[in-house]
Amino acid sequence: MISAQGIARIDAAIAKYPAQERQSAVMTALAVAQEEHGHLSTEVMDFVAGYLGMPPVAVYEVASFYGMYDLEKTGRYKLCVCTNLPCALSGAVEAAEHLKRTLGVEFNGTTPDGRFTLKEGECFGACGDAPVMLINNKRMASFMSPEAIDRLLAELK
Amino acid sequence: MNTAHPPFDPLVFGPDAQIMKGVDGLNWRLADYEARGGYRALKKIFAEKIAPDALIAEVKKSALRGRGGAGFPTGLKWSFMPRQFPGQKYVVCNSDEGEPGTFKDRDILRYNPHVVIEGMVIGAYAMGATVGYNYIHGEIWDVYERFEEALAEARAAGYLGDRILGGDFSFQLHAHHGYGAYICGEETALLESIEGKKGQPRFKPPFPASFGLYGKPTTVNNTETFAAVPWIVLNGGAAYLDLGRPNNGGTKIFSMSGDVARPGNYEVRLGTPFAALLEMAGGMRGGRRIKAVIPGGSSMPVLPGEVMMKTDMDYDSIAKAGSMLGSGAVIVMDETRCMVRCLERLSYFYFEESCGQCTPCREGTGWLYRMVHRIETGRGRTEDLDTLVSVSDNIAGRTICALGDAAAIPVKSFIQHFREEFAHHIEHKRCMVGERGAARDKAAA
Ligand SMILES: Cc1cc2nc3c(=O)[nH]c(=O)nc-3n(C[C@H](O)[C@H](O)[C@H](O)COP(=O)(O)O)c2cc1C
Ligand code: SF4
Ligand code: FES
Repeated sequence: MISAQGIARIDAAIAKYPAQERQSAVMTALAVAQEEHGHLSTEVMDFVAGYLGMPPVAVYEVASFYGMYDLEKTGRYKLCVCTNLPCALSGAVEAAEHLKRTLGVEFNGTTPDGRFTLKEGECFGACGDAPVMLINNKRMASFMSPEAIDRLLAELK
Repeated sequence: MNTAHPPFDPLVFGPDAQIMKGVDGLNWRLADYEARGGYRALKKIFAEKIAPDALIAEVKKSALRGRGGAGFPTGLKWSFMPRQFPGQKYVVCNSDEGEPGTFKDRDILRYNPHVVIEGMVIGAYAMGATVGYNYIHGEIWDVYERFEEALAEARAAGYLGDRILGGDFSFQLHAHHGYGAYICGEETALLESIEGKKGQPRFKPPFPASFGLYGKPTTVNNTETFAAVPWIVLNGGAAYLDLGRPNNGGTKIFSMSGDVARPGNYEVRLGTPFAALLEMAGGMRGGRRIKAVIPGGSSMPVLPGEVMMKTDMDYDSIAKAGSMLGSGAVIVMDETRCMVRCLERLSYFYFEESCGQCTPCREGTGWLYRMVHRIETGRGRTEDLDTLVSVSDNIAGRTICALGDAAAIPVKSFIQHFREEFAHHIEHKRCMVGERGAARDKAAA
């Protein structure tokens, strides 16, 4: 279900916590699972539960509590744009509108070609770089003017 | 790390910077940190055999107050850890920076990660903890990876791990990444999250100093708090106090955002006039007039611009002016901004991020948001303003954690200071300021 490399990352996380506290690695395990599968299906969450010795329901609870886990399929690129007040004061609303117009989707929508899913985010702790956008949970894109957005979209095939 | 270039140099932290002194964005590695005098505080402690109690006394003398939001005296907090506890104790660094407007911990961690590591080792030694975690906000993945690299460097150099610098003290430090939940910034939610659970705050008491991570004595401090510690050890508590004001020791990094010409982090002495800080940030964008400022992150009361222009940036001065210094996130709004719209966005945030455990918070934040939204969209009623205040009063103080209060505070302070804007929205079904009002007027004509 998870590659040998992924398992190695989960094992490295387990080693950070006391031996009897394998559950502490659940956030890393789910992040690895999501990276490999695109989203968290019940099967992959059950696998994580088995691997960490947790009741499956405890894993589902974690997966649905934290905003960056996706329980549904997303496009190849999940674009999350922060629209909280500090960003909104520096062009985030315009950035979001530009994205919606260019992609032809609303928030939580996926483009018909399955390339992009657009999401609205809360403060990333990067407000000085507003407007900011997070791509697939890992890559932060700063100063996203409409022109910068166009360049970025062209790059994400 | 960035895909687009900033329109200005983001690495100007200010002439009085201590934590960010000499930091240029590239020199984050161990050798650079050592060249800046890094890990000298740790060496001094072991060379001079400074006792843990003496360290805590020094931190008390410095008047360092927690930089995570509450401003609690750090030395006092450290002294709450049970001295003679026979089992495991933990220190935890709170880098889950998610309070809207706050982006200082990200810069500390990516540009100067070793100062946090050194501060944590010193804290662990002072409190007798042998294991620690740094909980890093989920959205800043590259910062988490860099911190892991810095940890590896520190371990290889003997500053971290077994028998640090060849002495008797051992300390294992690990990074833990979050995954997008504002509430995990609350310290007990953060501990639950490290335990692999939903990040829901715990009832207090017991406090983490007696029942913390895995039920063991734990101290949680903010990233910037730990980052201040090496300087205090090297230069003494009295010198640190001298950098700031009585009861407000040291420098503080302020995250300037909103309608300023150069948003960014500025590290200044506590007690610096707000007007001077605004000037460092290039003044108001487009030379417009200042209308409102939230001086300490979105959970703190908003103040009129003219009040802030007469206020100094330290805990006590801002409290006297009617707000709180909080996390040091300064959100500036100019004359074109609609206060109803600003509040609507903040209220949505608290509604979205409530963990749902307490009824007043879960229901109340939804109620507040819907009512402000109604006013914003021209469907408000005259009685709504009083209802908003009474709903806020009914949330505050009746919840497990301070998120309930944090949702109530903006509502009450926005209405207190900008009541006429809300009243205008209700009466005329449109805004009295800004482009939106103008656009609607045009559409209506
Ligand atoms: C809803 C909520 C969110 C918080 N978010 C943060 C945060 O992002 N970073 C932080 O250091 N403290 C945050 N705090 C404060 C912590 O609970 C805690 O007081 C702090 O980390 C202690 O560190 P300090 O004494 O060094 O300030 C938050 C508190 C609440 C109630
Ligand atoms: S006040 Fe809100 S966020 Fe805090 S514990 Fe209660 S429901 Fe959760
Ligand atoms: S408000 Fe957008 S990153 Fe902070």
